[in-house]
Amino acid sequence: MKRDLLRKIVSHAIVFLCAAAVLLALIPLALVLFYVVSQGLSSLNWAFFTHMPTPVGEPGGGMANAIVGSLIVTGLGAVLAIPIGLMAGIYASEYRGSRLAAAVRFAADTLNGVPSIVVGVFAFGIAVVPFQRFSAIAGGVALGIMMLPLVTRTTEELLLLVPPSLREGALALGATRARAVFTVVVPAALPGILTGILLALARVAGETAPLLFTAFNNRYFTTDLRQPMATLTVQVYYYANSAYPDWQRQAWAGALVLVAMVLTCSVLARFATARMERMQRGA
Amino acid sequence: MISSRHTTKIRPDEIIFRAGTGVFAVLIIGVVAAIAFELYRQSKLSIYHFGWQFWQTDSWDPVAGEFGARPFIWGTLYSSILALIISTPIALGIAIFISELAPGRLRLPLVFLTELLAAIPSIVYGVWGIFVLVPFVRQLEVNTPEWLKVLPVFKGPPLGVGMLSAAIVLSIMVIPFTSSIAREVLKAVPQAQREAAYALGATRWEAIRMALFYARTGIIGAVMLGLGRALGETMAVTMVIGNTPQIAASLYAPQYTMAAVIANEFSEAAQELYLHALVEIGLVLFIITLVINMMSRGLIWSLGRQKNPRRARRILSTPAPESA
Repeated sequence: MKRDLLRKIVSHAIVFLCAAAVLLALIPLALVLFYVVSQGLSSLNWAFFTHMPTPVGEPGGGMANAIVGSLIVTGLGAVLAIPIGLMAGIYASEYRGSRLAAAVRFAADTLNGVPSIVVGVFAFGIAVVPFQRFSAIAGGVALGIMMLPLVTRTTEELLLLVPPSLREGALALGATRARAVFTVVVPAALPGILTGILLALARVAGETAPLLFTAFNNRYFTTDLRQPMATLTVQVYYYANSAYPDWQRQAWAGALVLVAMVLTCSVLARFATARMERMQRGA
Repeated sequence: MISSRHTTKIRPDEIIFRAGTGVFAVLIIGVVAAIAFELYRQSKLSIYHFGWQFWQTDSWDPVAGEFGARPFIWGTLYSSILALIISTPIALGIAIFISELAPGRLRLPLVFLTELLAAIPSIVYGVWGIFVLVPFVRQLEVNTPEWLKVLPVFKGPPLGVGMLSAAIVLSIMVIPFTSSIAREVLKAVPQAQREAAYALGATRWEAIRMALFYARTGIIGAVMLGLGRALGETMAVTMVIGNTPQIAASLYAPQYTMAAVIANEFSEAAQELYLHALVEIGLVLFIITLVINMMSRGLIWSLGRQKNPRRARRILSTPAPESA
């Protein structure tokens, strides 16, 4: 009897501890969000989006150049990664049993585990050293490499979820494999793939380490891809480490913009996935 | 499925399609190989100049031409292992709660919140770390009771920046990774296992323990995948660890990690040897994370394979938009 009581007490205690673990993890989340929103909102204004950085000591100014820079560098990364990732994902799912497909899966997972700073060192070696200058292109290469495994694996996973009957129907009607894949299978999985790409973009746009010595930084506004380019994340890094309260406030504002972007993408993705699930259940 | 054995000849468009997509598949493998090759090429000078001495020397003073990378290895391992000690019980608790205990309605919101924890960019944790966590940790250090200060781990002036802050930030960032994979691993445990345990009169915890035991290799894999993340984490750690190359046991001491030294000094490294030394640190970081990731994926895969290979692949896939 006593032993049973003890077992019950232990069981309840563990259940309690597990619930406590959830709360414990939510505390830092709440704290980070609270400080980013409260500190960020008080320093965020219209000028942050439209004005250029001011020299030290001069109040005001914004991160217009860095915001545009982030969009450009992330866009470059997407342009590089999306076609390659899509095609490789299609290969991995179409020829799923083949040795190359297994190798691609392995390579993508490996690439996904490579620390972002190491990706930065690699991009520096192939896109900065040969041209002897930091450039937006080098930053795009670094972010593209970060995105590549995400796009590849998402594409593959979602193509595998498409019911085989769809593909078989297309093939039975005499479609070639390429035709069946591009007009039937991929469109069926497209909403999911786009959601995955959206999440990959959000993740990569928040990266700092691969940009430190590829896109580097720039005090001025530029859209020249061969020039060093300021990005939101790198700018936040320098401002947060500075000793000037004005710059530190701007770092908080930048952090808020980043969090808002990530949050928006996550919520959008969540809605899209929920809709797809409803559709699948209904079908 | 059409196999070439039964068709008299392979259609040319099939060959074009396979080659056309295959090129991109090979390209991804090429990128990984290129990273390894490029890191080696850019660090050759340092590898041959210093040899093993590089990793056995404690002093890092590039201006004086002293390149010893041991403090960075120490800082990286120390901070990651501390983060693992803090994060593993919490992450497993979350995984168990979400997959075994939480009522259905609570499950999805909790998954969303933990994923949000993973989605917040490293730099944001860094900003929060500098302005909120570090002052808090400094207060904690100032108020250390005297009798605790006798221990070597609590020695040193209360700076705030240092190993303790780094370990806390790292553990916050690792928790969502470990917990989401552990959750998927627990989902792969057949329901019959739990039902059998309940049928034998097990309490809730005893049934969960059975599930944990069944999934033990996968759980270890999840923890190791978290370790891989922690080892390579750069920005947030750089901003709170104090960036001082020294080997110290104290949690209060400012230290340095491999990723942080690259982030801080790479764009300033003017001499070639200096640059190559930094790339060599990157190369070793690459190799360490590669080995850890491979081992953990192997563990998770071996668990999933027993029953359901599809399942194993799904667990291993990069965070895709899938629900709980």
